[in-house]
Amino acid sequence: MSEREILLSVSNLKVTFDVYPSGAMPWTKPRKLKAVDGVDFDLFSGETLGIVGESGCGKSTLARAVARMVPASAGEVLWLGKDLLGMGARDLKAVRSDVQFIFQDPLASLNPRMTVGQIISEPLRTHHPDLSRDDVKARVKDMMEKVGLLPNMINRYPHEFSGGQCQRIGIARALIINPKLIICDEPVSALDVSIQAQVINLLMKLQKELGIALIFIAHDLSVVKHISTRVMVLYLGNVVEVAESKMLYATQRHPYTQALISAVPIPDPKIEKAKKIILLEGDLPSPLSPPSGCVFRTRCPKAQAICAEQRPELEVLDDGHEVACHFHD
Amino acid sequence: MLLDVKDLSVQFSTPDGQVQAVKNVSFTLDQGETLAIVGESGSGKSQTVFAMMGLLAQNGSATGSVLFNGKEILNAPLKALNKVRAAEMAMIFQDPMTSLNPYKRISEQMTEVLMLHKGMSKADATKESIAMLDAVRIPEAKARLRQYPHEFSGGMRQRVMIAMSLLCRPKLLIADEPTTALDVTVQAQIMTLLSEIQREFGTAIILITHDLGVVAGTCRDTLVLYGGQVMEQGDTEGLFATPTHPYTMGLLHAIPRLDQGGDELATIPGNPPNMMNMPKGCPFSPRCSFVETRCATDMPELLVEGGHRRACHRTPQELFA
Repeated sequence: MSEREILLSVSNLKVTFDVYPSGAMPWTKPRKLKAVDGVDFDLFSGETLGIVGESGCGKSTLARAVARMVPASAGEVLWLGKDLLGMGARDLKAVRSDVQFIFQDPLASLNPRMTVGQIISEPLRTHHPDLSRDDVKARVKDMMEKVGLLPNMINRYPHEFSGGQCQRIGIARALIINPKLIICDEPVSALDVSIQAQVINLLMKLQKELGIALIFIAHDLSVVKHISTRVMVLYLGNVVEVAESKMLYATQRHPYTQALISAVPIPDPKIEKAKKIILLEGDLPSPLSPPSGCVFRTRCPKAQAICAEQRPELEVLDDGHEVACHFHD
Repeated sequence: MLLDVKDLSVQFSTPDGQVQAVKNVSFTLDQGETLAIVGESGSGKSQTVFAMMGLLAQNGSATGSVLFNGKEILNAPLKALNKVRAAEMAMIFQDPMTSLNPYKRISEQMTEVLMLHKGMSKADATKESIAMLDAVRIPEAKARLRQYPHEFSGGMRQRVMIAMSLLCRPKLLIADEPTTALDVTVQAQIMTLLSEIQREFGTAIILITHDLGVVAGTCRDTLVLYGGQVMEQGDTEGLFATPTHPYTMGLLHAIPRLDQGGDELATIPGNPPNMMNMPKGCPFSPRCSFVETRCATDMPELLVEGGHRRACHRTPQELFA
């Protein structure tokens, strides 16, 4: 396997939504909400890129824009060197068989009127209509076994399964057409701790076996760090830091990442009591009117005059960290 | 002793039959102490405190005894209960938006509490409310008092809820998943605030949560529930360092930790229990890796062993071997 093949290359991706104030007239100009504001990253084959950030930071929108589920307003997305954003419908369908999604709410992302067999086989029937019914069934059963579901449950409906099992169905559906990339949008957030561990282990095991790349989105930093090779931290639609996940806990270079890491509770009373939490002032600013310059400056303990004037560029440090801050450590 | 809960059971009658949500839960809490009740969904952690507060749904009923300051409050008449609620024990909920009235200004919702329970005049109640909003670090308290709930952010709303619950200086504050709906940085703010309040006002706190990390930083004692029954209870430090119940052990190993690496997480096999048909014996027995034949039929007693209260047929030595 060529380790460093670039699967996905995203540069200066922007997604803006039009927001109409309540009681708007047809001629009222909408306000622009910048959900993703100039994000760059490369994704290598077989790697897991974790995306973390608080609610409203644009992590889901970013993932959806990459898969063209929401239109991007600027920037470039290259899938194996081909321009994804300008692609026609036929080419796009081919790419979509390589890029699959797993969603947060396991039950809501499964059609209640379809059996498990129909749900899991749907991508297969869509992308490979020439396969015989027996072939499809055999592959579905095979996949069900792989994700830890009993193949004799193939004719059951989603409501007969627990949350963890539903998420396994979602994983089976994503894997059935051998994708190169799976985008997981908060796949374990709705699950209990004991079930969450089962699903994380399953994802990591399957990834190792099949060599797929993952984009793993979650707000739980411990989970993201556990599963990812690299972690990207977003704040208000901007990348503030990218680091190898092994290094992230030991050294954070951006003041926001530092505060974020310090706020994550660790299930060990001795460590918790000795820990110093960096408390951020106030709340996340509205993405409708983000601060000028650096978006984090309104809550940043290090902010100075230049932060309001100039947006810091993402720079690569000598230890491989990428950070966007004028006064990084 | 501030609170003495004995053999508390909660059942619901549903069209499909009786559902036992909580079974024989007992614990005590002293003045100014902090207790965490942890468990996964369906463990009965919320229903336990709902029963104490008289907040069970229509089809629910509770048996057992809850002594608050020596007085029986379980199934007490509404009038007696309303004297205790808010004035002596208060509760904050998971979702701060749905627990505030969207039609009323914060001022109305806060002063109402003081006028009702303390018989204060509106002017005094307003003054007290502003002081309390200051105490929970809401900037420009005076101006914000005139605002409606939707004008506050999630973290700020939870601060308002905390301020409101503290107005009558209750002896006990019950926090039901107070930070689950919030981001981690805001969670850190709220948990710090709760700790400060506990120190400043000497309020006892019962924290209900599924997040063991939050427990580690804030509570002195921890009670672990599974399938509506107490699995283990002890001081947080000891319990986290040497858990003596298979469920607690599994739970602690199943969480990915930020400060540790590692490839595979230990898992608890199987699925959470179905409340409609619980195992006859220990509710955890179908998923337990130390299971014996008697576990399926006999519920082990909750006994003090190795410094913790634990309900398990196997001895701690057997588990560590």
